[in-house]
Amino acid sequence: MRITEKEVRYVADLANLRLTDDEAARFQAELDGILEHIDRLKEIDVTGVAPMAQVLFESEADTLREDAPVPSLGSELALANAPQAGAGYFKVPKVIER
Amino acid sequence: MDLRSLTIDTVRQALLARQTSAVELTQAMLRLAEQENPKTNAYLHFATERALGSAQRVDDQIARGETLGPLAGVPIAVKDVILTRGVRTTCGSRLLANHIPPYDATAVVRLEAAGGVIIGKTNCDEFAMGSSNENSAFGPVRNPIDPTRVPGGSSGGSAAAVAQGTAVVALGSDTGGSIRQPASFCGVVGVTPTYGRVSRYGLTAFASSLDHIGPFGRNVKDAATVLSVIAGRDPMDSTSAAAPVPDYTAPLDGNVKGLRLGLPREYLKDLTSETGDLIQRGVDTLKSLGCEVRDITLPATDYAVACYYIIATAEASSNLARYDGVRYTFRSEKSTTLSDMYRETRGEGFGAECKRRIMLGTYVLSHGYYDAYYLRAQKVRALVARDFQSAFGEVDAIVAPVSPFPAFKLGEKVDDPLAMYLSDIYTITGDLAGIPCMSVPCGKTSEGLPVGMQILTRHFDESTMFRLAAAFEKAT
Repeated sequence: MRITEKEVRYVADLANLRLTDDEAARFQAELDGILEHIDRLKEIDVTGVAPMAQVLFESEADTLREDAPVPSLGSELALANAPQAGAGYFKVPKVIER
Repeated sequence: MDLRSLTIDTVRQALLARQTSAVELTQAMLRLAEQENPKTNAYLHFATERALGSAQRVDDQIARGETLGPLAGVPIAVKDVILTRGVRTTCGSRLLANHIPPYDATAVVRLEAAGGVIIGKTNCDEFAMGSSNENSAFGPVRNPIDPTRVPGGSSGGSAAAVAQGTAVVALGSDTGGSIRQPASFCGVVGVTPTYGRVSRYGLTAFASSLDHIGPFGRNVKDAATVLSVIAGRDPMDSTSAAAPVPDYTAPLDGNVKGLRLGLPREYLKDLTSETGDLIQRGVDTLKSLGCEVRDITLPATDYAVACYYIIATAEASSNLARYDGVRYTFRSEKSTTLSDMYRETRGEGFGAECKRRIMLGTYVLSHGYYDAYYLRAQKVRALVARDFQSAFGEVDAIVAPVSPFPAFKLGEKVDDPLAMYLSDIYTITGDLAGIPCMSVPCGKTSEGLPVGMQILTRHFDESTMFRLAAAFEKAT
């Protein structure tokens, strides 16, 4: 077994995902199968190969735009999709418990 | 005028001959699309007001005798992961069911600046994660050719709308095959351009090093026309390429005699027999047009699925972290503290496939596994890219299948996520390397199901890809 249900719950915690017991059991089985397939990457020789993080064509400077200020979206539009907003801010439940 | 078989050219001719106005055409297409939508569920919502506004501007240009843009009056569908200001954009997710974007994607701005009329937003797998369009929170899309089958995914709604004739062209997005595979399943043309060729500003991020926007059309020329409009540098996307954009319709009547084509042997071994036969017949057609076909090898292919599902899920786990109940419409009612609110919102809001990928991506990036999975996958990605680079030293284009099989039945593969992932094998390689690739129809099975042939070329050589596709289309 490559991943236990305990690890599944740990990872869900890292990812801020609430899983039901059914989901935890199902993901354990499914992720185990997927990780078994993924293990084939160990077969291929990557000695001396540089990791490829991005498809890049030109020098990096070419991808930067001119650093000129432009008007921003504005808080009214930026907050328009918030489930709860007020006084120009996103509102969230209390952070400090007890 | 048969709305279902319109092309960009016939729309233009009809407008210039005053057979119809852009507003009349838009109204007629909206009526048809609304009437047909229950058959496929291709559209999630229509942008009626915005579409009529765009059409009116085209009619005003005609009245003033002005030169029309290349997409004047053309009814267009846009995948619902691409932002449209003031028009609901859900990404196929419950989390964004009421999300109204405050700005437009650059590709959308460019379509409308060229006279295009965006009539609606199309269904897709949630956050573009899936190969069957069964992962939408708003129900699956059905294949217009056979409604018991999937249209492919994740851009299933866009492919279905174009195949059904309820849009002339459409935009989709492709991270691992999400344009080419549904194009193949629905019998239309679908194009994934070079990475960086089209700005992703306003495309909801799935896996940023792999995401593309690209067009669907019922013929090669329409897809090439749309790409000519949307391609090019955008200061709002630092990954968009500065390379000049040629007119992609220019090479379409050219001949392909002497073009050197590679047939990768790794792409032929797991096909259903009918798909294999159709691809072989397609290759024979290309030979008869004067192309020189040789066998090539892309040895890292066998590792591509594993590599892709590490990189794509790792990036997705990071990109989807923003859907936490603070900024984007949906928040769980169940919680009273901030940390609970994050967990409950994401637990309730994401569907199973998104959760699965967030979990896998978080796992491969977690402490102790980064080198073994993520770093190693990036090295394998370099090998996949190197394979293509050496192949293009001896051939001008690669021809291959898009999918090992034609459209499958709804529900047939939902219980086996790994099998679903493995079926992406022939499309994910092009995304990993960032090269242009497309699906062009190459015949139908005995059951009448379309099969697409894939064409892949060097970085920024969309012209050769379109030249070959157009010659093939003409010959079949």
